[in-house]
Amino acid sequence: MKKWIVMAFCTILAAAALTGCGSADKYPNGKVYVFNWGEYIDQDTIRMFEEETGIQVIYEEYDTNETMYPKIEAGASNYDVVCPSDYMIQKMIDNDMLAELDWDNLPNAQANIGAQYYEQSTAFDPGNKYSVPYCWGTVGILYNTTMVDEPVTSWSILWDEKYADSILMQDSVRDLFMVGLKELGYSMNSTDEAELQAAKELLIEQKPLVQAYVIDQVRDKMIGDEAALGVIYSGEAIYTQRENPNLAYAIPEEGTNVWIDSWCIPKNAENKENAEKFIDFMCRPEIALMNFEFITYSTPNVAARELIEDEDIRNSEIAFPDLSQYKNLETFSYLGEEADTLYNNLWKEIKSY
Amino acid sequence: MNKKLLSLPYLFWCAAFIIIPLCMVVYYGVTDKTGAFTFQNISAIATAEHSKALWISILLSLASTLICLLLAYPLAMILSNLHVNQHSFIVLIFILPMWMNFLLRTMAWQTLLEKSGVINTFLEFLHLPTLNIINTPAAIILGMVYNFLPFMVLPIYNVLTKIDKNVINAARDLGADSVQTFIRITLPLSLPGVISGITMVFVPALTTFVISTLLGGSKILLIGNVIEQEFTQTGNWHLGSGLSIVLMLFILVNMVLSAIFDKDGEGSML
Amino acid sequence: MKNAAKKIYIILILIFLYAPIATLMVLSFNASKSRAKWGGFTLRWYRSLLQDRNILNALWTTLSIALLSALFATVIGTISCIAIQNMKRHNRAIIMGITNIPMLNAEIVTGISLMLLFIVLKINLGFFTILLAHITFNIPYVILSVMPRMKQLNPNTYEAALDLGATHLYAFFKVTFPDILPGILSGFLMAFTMSLDDFIITYFTKGPGIDTLSTKIYTEVKKGIKPEMYALSSIIFTAVLILLLLVNKTPTEKKA
Repeated sequence: MKKWIVMAFCTILAAAALTGCGSADKYPNGKVYVFNWGEYIDQDTIRMFEEETGIQVIYEEYDTNETMYPKIEAGASNYDVVCPSDYMIQKMIDNDMLAELDWDNLPNAQANIGAQYYEQSTAFDPGNKYSVPYCWGTVGILYNTTMVDEPVTSWSILWDEKYADSILMQDSVRDLFMVGLKELGYSMNSTDEAELQAAKELLIEQKPLVQAYVIDQVRDKMIGDEAALGVIYSGEAIYTQRENPNLAYAIPEEGTNVWIDSWCIPKNAENKENAEKFIDFMCRPEIALMNFEFITYSTPNVAARELIEDEDIRNSEIAFPDLSQYKNLETFSYLGEEADTLYNNLWKEIKSY
Repeated sequence: MNKKLLSLPYLFWCAAFIIIPLCMVVYYGVTDKTGAFTFQNISAIATAEHSKALWISILLSLASTLICLLLAYPLAMILSNLHVNQHSFIVLIFILPMWMNFLLRTMAWQTLLEKSGVINTFLEFLHLPTLNIINTPAAIILGMVYNFLPFMVLPIYNVLTKIDKNVINAARDLGADSVQTFIRITLPLSLPGVISGITMVFVPALTTFVISTLLGGSKILLIGNVIEQEFTQTGNWHLGSGLSIVLMLFILVNMVLSAIFDKDGEGSML
Repeated sequence: MKNAAKKIYIILILIFLYAPIATLMVLSFNASKSRAKWGGFTLRWYRSLLQDRNILNALWTTLSIALLSALFATVIGTISCIAIQNMKRHNRAIIMGITNIPMLNAEIVTGISLMLLFIVLKINLGFFTILLAHITFNIPYVILSVMPRMKQLNPNTYEAALDLGATHLYAFFKVTFPDILPGILSGFLMAFTMSLDDFIITYFTKGPGIDTLSTKIYTEVKKGIKPEMYALSSIIFTAVLILLLLVNKTPTEKKA
């Protein structure tokens, strides 16, 4: 019996040796708590920020806007920087959860982010008071050219029985409904109950064909030839194509979602100054470039785009699409608490069907 | 020194971290956002989505409990007859997988079960029909059986090793055949272990949300998923608590059952 | 014939239990970053693991919480066992019922109830709250493994020690403690393992900037697990396995 305890202690000692038992006062200038999407930053940039400023970054990840929100709302955890998408920023502004930015502390954000992205942001952040764009993109269909012969031009291919059990859909409420609503020709910001019911019926009809509702696992599954079609964020397309050259990305003609994820500071942040330093650091051209190359999501940082050496990528249709050639593009907006509840209930109906 | 005083720290701990938190779940469950009293959150279990989720959860967890029992009982019998004098070694073999993280272990089943996964590649190599159970209820049951099997094996094994061999020999001497001995002696004596195993498997299987997410492709909504979503995504803690209260009723039944059959805690895991 | 069938059965079960673990170990040598593709053999992830501060921090948190919670739970659990043993039958039944709650209750309910408690008390979620939660669900495992040993004790030896002039404390450490030690140790190990493997309760009681391996993996699950994680788990697993084999080879405590 004594051997058991010996075992446990040996493991711990080994681990303690591995981790070096904590660090001394390496960070004289306090901390900043960052809450970001999963794998949405190059960790090296964080290390560079820490070295330069002496601020310790405590970094956490979430997978959807919906899981991020309650954590900020609960108030039990004080994050200093978050990176929500458009409609979620609007919801947080409406609920008085964001702090106004002090633009004097954000020179890089002013200089390097393209003006059109700030303008686009006014849709959810009037007057650009609360947010600094970090990444943007579209949502489309990633497909495997060895399994799909026909050209992919419409969302309706996701209802084609030929591809039964080879379709991957998004496992987050707004993204899923976007596909249904767009397929029906409605706005993806619809709050009309009849339209939403129709979209729900359509998605329920699709459910037997769907292999799985996933978020970022689309990547692994598409790379591993597990599925023929997957709804995915444009930023993932470049990475997956690199791993599996048979994959192609298409934006359906019925239109899609153009989204922006932006840095924001929650109202209850305790280290607002450090948070602004962090955001501004991420807006430096060379840092933004590092992040672009790591996560392959389109960057609104014009200065960083100029620095991209690979011409194919710099002019890539996927990374930097010319949006004017697509019709019916929309950005999500916050629809109010009542509509939120309606969406959630309908979503539950689809999932439990 | 008064020995009764020794129980004080523990009593305090129980009150602070078991009783009061549960009371808070109940409080949240019977109030709405304005703090007014309501039964709505509890009766919400009757809506189509919730009752279906609960029903599927019950079916899947019953199935996996049954499979665990059928796999574990013979195994425990074989193990208890092995004459291994290192009791702890057997226990460790079944606890050892827990040192590999639970989520990783379950994820690994994805790699094994996928359409072009390890098992199917192997089957194709042997020209056998492939296995397509990933993202179906079958995969969830498999995940449950895999994760909770040790909780069934260990209590049964422990009870079986404690059975006095003389009792069994006496039965044989009195003319009982092996089937009779098993049904009239071994089985009744091992019942505490079986009951404790059933509880240890059924409850986590009923309430899991991770296994269904990882192996069910989020296509199958279990009651655990609903509650988790209410807390982490929808942000409706009152509804989540209300549904938790319903779950607790099931657990309560389970506890009463195990208290009746396993009075002395014989069927513990260790 | 019958014996062969039995052996095959045991082997099949062991394959079932250990196949995923083997898979993970193979993946830790996979040169491709994606779980779905075999890109050749590499030791790269083992090297980059040593530089991955996030994973090492999570490992450190996981181990310190497992160790501390197991220690606290063992101390509290053992003391309570003594107290419970001396209670009246009725009270004992009640307190054992309460003890069983965290073990029998759904993890999700336990996690949520503790989260609600911490939030209402305005305790910032973090290392401390995870630790409290883990101690809470670990205590029952300790009590359940110490209790049976306690029952086997002969109360007369303790009384005899007192009669011979020993203090309560001295009598406890000299008489009772050695007898219940195996129970305490296995309770400790059980608590340690449970804490190590827990995900759900940690998920609800953790705060910003603190991650155990489980919660770290859960966020990664959605994106594709980092291969370093496979490497780390393989190391932990192999280390435990080797220790286990070593310890079992040395002949100890042979029981008749």
